[in-house]
Amino acid sequence: MSTTETHMQPWTRDQMAQRAAQDIQEGWFVNLGIGIPTLVANHVPTDKEVIFHAENGVVGMGSAPDAEHIEPWLINAGKQYVTLRAGGCYVHHADSFSMIRGGHLDLCVLGAYDVNTRGDIANWALSEDDTAPAVGGAMDLAASAKRLWVVMEHVNKKGEPRLVNECRYPLTASGSVDRIYTNLAVLDVRQTHFQVLDMAPGVTPEYLIAHTEAELRFD
Amino acid sequence: MISKFVSSVAEALDGVKNGSTVLLGGFGAVGQSVHLIEGLIEQGARDLTIVANNAGYGQVGLARLLQERRVRRLICSFPRIAGSTIFETLYKNREIELELVPQGTLAERMRAAGAGIPAFFTPTGVDTLLAADKEVREYHGRRYVLEEALHGDVALIEAWRADRWGNLTYKQSGRNFNPVCAMAATLTIAQTQHVAELGELDPEAVATPGVFVDRIVHLPYGDPQL
Repeated sequence: MSTTETHMQPWTRDQMAQRAAQDIQEGWFVNLGIGIPTLVANHVPTDKEVIFHAENGVVGMGSAPDAEHIEPWLINAGKQYVTLRAGGCYVHHADSFSMIRGGHLDLCVLGAYDVNTRGDIANWALSEDDTAPAVGGAMDLAASAKRLWVVMEHVNKKGEPRLVNECRYPLTASGSVDRIYTNLAVLDVRQTHFQVLDMAPGVTPEYLIAHTEAELRFD
Repeated sequence: MISKFVSSVAEALDGVKNGSTVLLGGFGAVGQSVHLIEGLIEQGARDLTIVANNAGYGQVGLARLLQERRVRRLICSFPRIAGSTIFETLYKNREIELELVPQGTLAERMRAAGAGIPAFFTPTGVDTLLAADKEVREYHGRRYVLEEALHGDVALIEAWRADRWGNLTYKQSGRNFNPVCAMAATLTIAQTQHVAELGELDPEAVATPGVFVDRIVHLPYGDPQL
């Protein structure tokens, strides 16, 4: 391991979520996917008014309740108990997805298996003949949010790049992703390449290039 | 006098035929009419097409209906069962057909059926496997997939409060698919936690008007189990 790698401090899952949260603007209507994206809400201060959407019809979702305040009929898309903040309301599924499909979400944050430079995203199936395929709301969200950000590890468990020229897994949507937050960097999708906006402490351009399949630009 | 209340689950499900398409409200356990689904198992209808967001939960309701081999085809967005592999096993053994539908498309197909719209174009699914055999058309520079309305012979839904005209309110996120299922079926059957006198429900809080509801059974069963 080189000296630079020794001093590298990749962002943790919480730090990735925190890094994405700091870019969310007050007043936005936001849907957070399952996994690291769900953690983003923990890093938006309560005095910054952001309206969180859960696809099962919760508009203005609040934080998780403590054990004494669980409402058995109030869950999020991950089927965890949540709360409704003041100003929130409930809608049925067709209205909830009208908000998504109609382009009313300012932002959706999803996890992914891989993303390419044109903003194609693959996050719902590992192969074309999945033993038990499941899609949920991923395709609706990925196709139609005004902004789509992806939060994911920079490489997969085998060490293979997830920022690629062509997605290796079945697509969720094409041309949708705007920005990616990984444990190594923050990058914008720019059609022919990824533009590096920020890097975790100690990460060098050389290290990032070595762990990315697609072209990176740093200027 | 109009009264849609029936006195038992058996009466509520009377006449459901083999081969029916049955729409189920609910998102996981929340808002799912588990007692009506259990009743459907007792009632005996088979060769069913079930439309639901998930493939049930635990060992009750839809999970048990699947286990009893009563479902020929499942139309679903997220066919997973928390704490069970019933669906995965049936699917792997080719004992059940699956039509996988994006969640918003599933909701809109039912809404369209209830609204008299035979088909619609949606941006969801363009360039994916789920739209592989479907017509794609461009409007204003963006591509859309043609999806068809999804009509049910029967809908089984769960309400929080109901009056004898069939007006319904829902509890929190228990609303989910229930209002769209209610409007999309020929025979809509609701189980309700509470009964309200006619005129007692706030007209501005009624989420499903009684015109979409045919039968109601009062089942104060308590909280859904995650």
